[in-house]
Amino acid sequence: MVPVEYYIILSAILFTIGVLGVLIHRNALIIFMSIELMLNAANLAIVAFSSAIKSFSGQIFVFFVIAVAAAEVAVGLALIVEIFKSKKSIDVDQMSSLKG
Amino acid sequence: MTIDLILFLILALVAIATAIGMLMGRNAVYSALFLVLNFVTVAVFYLLLGAPFIAMAQITVYAGAIMVLFLFVIMLLGADALPKTDVLPWQKPLAIGLAIVLAVEATFLLVTKARPAGNILAPEVSVNTMDNLRELGMTLFTDYLLPFEVTSILLLVAMVGAIVLTNRQKKEEPN
Repeated sequence: MVPVEYYIILSAILFTIGVLGVLIHRNALIIFMSIELMLNAANLAIVAFSSAIKSFSGQIFVFFVIAVAAAEVAVGLALIVEIFKSKKSIDVDQMSSLKG
Repeated sequence: MTIDLILFLILALVAIATAIGMLMGRNAVYSALFLVLNFVTVAVFYLLLGAPFIAMAQITVYAGAIMVLFLFVIMLLGADALPKTDVLPWQKPLAIGLAIVLAVEATFLLVTKARPAGNILAPEVSVNTMDNLRELGMTLFTDYLLPFEVTSILLLVAMVGAIVLTNRQKKEEPN
């Protein structure tokens, strides 16, 4: 029996590492990976709660989150490829103008 | 100390270490591979929590599809390592300080305010893969049928969006 708090603490730590990745990196791909890490941390917390209250709803919610993450990655990576085509870089500091 | 707790602690160490490895990786390919390991560890956590279907979906969708897509884009762009340009020297220490504040506050609030009653089920009670799958399928296709259909439309829109975004350049070239 692992107390639910342990899972929550782990989830918070993973989420924070994801936030840190978004804050300190300038490579758009690594920022995107950090966002995936944050989604995963949230999923872990949801499954832990769902398991603690002995309900399936949390697992279904996580299933939808995974589907949405897949859609997000497809569109996001297409955007990054497109930005790389026009700017020749994926450094987020270079993306400072609205005009492509 | 039960076997569950020992497993949890070892896996938690692996999860945090791989997440930090992703953060520190000098090369985007290494970061992606660390992230794959992290996703697999989280999948094992789902197994520990009695959610075998979510664990398998995690491995196939995250560790399989999403990370392969990431690696493919990294290789395609050849953008694995950016040149070091420190524009804001105070950014990194500030970010680390703020992140520690966030971690402490989130942990405190989640543990004190959002704690559900009861502990995690012991796996030997909860994990019966067939029962879990049957229950999930029944709930998904009765109570959650509309969200399920909306998700399918979302995936279709994402697919069309990705194709349109990457295809636009070619259409403009003849002009």
